[in-house]
Amino acid sequence: MQIEAVLAGFGGQGVMLAGKILAQTGMMLGKEVVWLPSYGPEMRGGTANCTVIISDEPIASPIIPHPRDAFVMNRPSLEKFVPMMRPGGVAVINTSLITVKPERDDVKVVNVTANKIAMEVGSAKSSNMVMLGAYVGATDVVPFDALMKEAKKAFQKKAKLASINIKCLEQGYKLGQAARAGH
Amino acid sequence: MKTIFKRPESLTLTPMHYCPGCTHGIIHRLVAEVLDELDLRERTVGIASVGCSVLSYNYFNCDMQEASHGRAPAVATGIKRARPDLIVFTYQGDGDLASIGMAEIVHAANRGEKFTVVFVNNTVYGMTGGQMAPTTMPGQVTTTTPRGRDVDDIGYPVRMCEILASLRTPGFIERVAANTPQHIIRAKRAIKKAFQYQVEGRCFSFVECLSTCPTNWGLSPYKATQWLEENMVPYYPLKNFKTPEESEEGGKNAD
Amino acid sequence: MAKVLMKGNEAIGEAGIRAGGLCYFCYPITPQSEVAEYLSRRMPDVGGSFLQAESEVAVSNMLYGAAGAGVRAWTTSSSPGISLMMEGLSYIAAAELPAVLINIVRCGPGLGGILPSQCDYFQAVKGGGHGDYRCMVLAPSSVQEAVDLIPLAFDRADRYRNPVIVIGDGMIGQMMEPVEFKEHKFPPLPPKDWATTGCKGRKRNVVNSLYLDPIEEEKLNMKLVAKYEQMKREEVRYEEYNTDKPYQALLVAYGTTARICKTAIQQLVLEGITVALLRPITLFPFPEKKIQELARQAEWLMSVEMSTGQMVEDVRLAVGHDRPVYFFGRTGGVVPTPEEIRDAVKKHLTGKGV
Ligand SMILES: Cc1ncc(C[n+]2csc(CCOP(=O)(O)OP(=O)(O)O)c2C)c(N)n1
Ligand code: SF4
Repeated sequence: MQIEAVLAGFGGQGVMLAGKILAQTGMMLGKEVVWLPSYGPEMRGGTANCTVIISDEPIASPIIPHPRDAFVMNRPSLEKFVPMMRPGGVAVINTSLITVKPERDDVKVVNVTANKIAMEVGSAKSSNMVMLGAYVGATDVVPFDALMKEAKKAFQKKAKLASINIKCLEQGYKLGQAARAGH
Repeated sequence: MKTIFKRPESLTLTPMHYCPGCTHGIIHRLVAEVLDELDLRERTVGIASVGCSVLSYNYFNCDMQEASHGRAPAVATGIKRARPDLIVFTYQGDGDLASIGMAEIVHAANRGEKFTVVFVNNTVYGMTGGQMAPTTMPGQVTTTTPRGRDVDDIGYPVRMCEILASLRTPGFIERVAANTPQHIIRAKRAIKKAFQYQVEGRCFSFVECLSTCPTNWGLSPYKATQWLEENMVPYYPLKNFKTPEESEEGGKNAD
Repeated sequence: MAKVLMKGNEAIGEAGIRAGGLCYFCYPITPQSEVAEYLSRRMPDVGGSFLQAESEVAVSNMLYGAAGAGVRAWTTSSSPGISLMMEGLSYIAAAELPAVLINIVRCGPGLGGILPSQCDYFQAVKGGGHGDYRCMVLAPSSVQEAVDLIPLAFDRADRYRNPVIVIGDGMIGQMMEPVEFKEHKFPPLPPKDWATTGCKGRKRNVVNSLYLDPIEEEKLNMKLVAKYEQMKREEVRYEEYNTDKPYQALLVAYGTTARICKTAIQQLVLEGITVALLRPITLFPFPEKKIQELARQAEWLMSVEMSTGQMVEDVRLAVGHDRPVYFFGRTGGVVPTPEEIRDAVKKHLTGKGV
């Protein structure tokens, strides 16, 4: 099985890091993974995105025109990537910053007020972790404890941020799970 | 009603892509104001070099050519030798001019090519993400000098004005800065003189402008202007190094 | 050793160090400046030499000097930078020096853009600089393969006393994949008794490429040809995909493009269309015999590239007039999608018999 997710937002929202933690988790589980960043002129425009592929088989194309899932942190990302998703995928949407609804009824939408939750936990900068937790909660692409382990490693050097980030992941995960159960 | 501030005609309407607080934009404006004031726009050819200012061909509202990395002075030489009636200027960063393009700039200056060079020194390779430049300050951390520029290993920063001023031919050489209002007024004066000498067909003219790169210095725009003042100005003195009137050779053509 | 998730450019830097490439010269250029940045941090720890040169022209001549002094020297750059290295490269080939150049290709010509491309195929495999010479050219299609081919590149450069180019597109440099730095064992190399290391106790050595006597210059050229012929016999590398079942068409693609072709082939299989792929790993020497052989079972071939059609010329040379050889490519930094390749294949299939 192969799962692809595009993670997108403004530069500085931490989508690249979220993607790396996800890919790292996949790798530690013994899966094949690819983390492909967008690079090029659009970087100066202030948007950032990466694609993470996790697969049981060697990964053929690293270019994924139609990812299964999307994880969007701002409106331009929603407008760009949600229409590209394959039917049946999961779209995690940061409703703190996105007020429009995606025009798709064939994908599962998980709404997360990521900025609000992160702010309540302690830092708006950790909204990416709320999103990542929610994504994993809604899809189970990787087991949550494995994700936690890698996230802890990633934040090892920043003790203060670490606990906030971990809490954000947990909160997000709960929301994702609830959405998965269909509430 | 009297207009007291407007966009110079020598700038296009295209919004610039420079980072917030980057002084490339100010220097563009100064060049454009001078082209307007001297009424040169319609007979000027600018040469964009490879660096953050590569897209200056979208911003200067005159004919433009884009050169390969470091070669702008050679391209300018080609244009000026082919059409001496045109006003020709290059706009180059410090990686472009002082590293890969060192040979071209020294020889164009030494031949006394009658064009104008606007040299923007921000101590780093801005466009490629903040690597060391020949102008990087001693101890300055960049992405390829993670432990700071070690002068024992790679020498001291290159001072272009001083190097070119040691040549006999080039006529006008001045260093200015774009970080404070006073400096900017002086910078404009120098750029204007440089173009005037070219209009008079007198000499090679060169203006080095100290500039900020808040993005790669990791500083806020305001802190970057201070950093420039405190670190760059003492090493890169702001002054005139040469005028054709004083130099041995440079004023010759004016006689 | 455990796998680590690494960005292609950084993995390339680490692989170079592990292969003994302790003399690295560079000039920044996107999309591979991370190799230099990585090595500026790492080299001092391993006692190697890292130098950011004043230009790529200088880099190529620093390689000449260091290689001539018997040390494993290498560089990484991208298309416009590699163009400037052609001076040194030609001299390195002529003086029979080992050096490794890694080109993370971006789109061109001219300043072009920084997005992935395969538009430097001709430059890499046909010599590139002036004179009658060839480089061995290795084309990885994943970060792991890049890491595995770099030790080979250093070994073959020393063994053949010839420059080796590793060519990857911007994606190989930018993407992260799990990598494992394996131990690579090679047979012992002959001593570098030609290197300029100080002539104490031996006849003095001269590294040069000047031949005023035409007979002597021709001899050198013949010696070089003999090396290239040996490479053609011994060094050809490729990967076959789906060739163990009957197939209607054969795709030829290298690097990342080959991976995209695999996905296209998987999609075609679902529609009952059988297509195989030959992925050259060495672009020089080119797997021409293998292509010839595989072509016999195919109705036609198609070269898929991120260029306007460069490798396709070598595919055509390999199959001659036996089979039609089509081409599909995207350029300018546009990466072909599996769907586009699938559709291009189907277009030729439906054209059958018309
Ligand atoms: C031959 C070649 N080598 C390298 C590059 C990559 N490159 C693009 S811009 C640049 C440096 C620009 O720095 P600078 O001249 O200081 O200008 P800034 O961006 O700081 O304004 C380099 C090395 C290139 N385009 N061509
Ligand atoms: S990177 Fe530096 S030089 Fe380039 S636009 Fe930004 S601030 Fe200016």
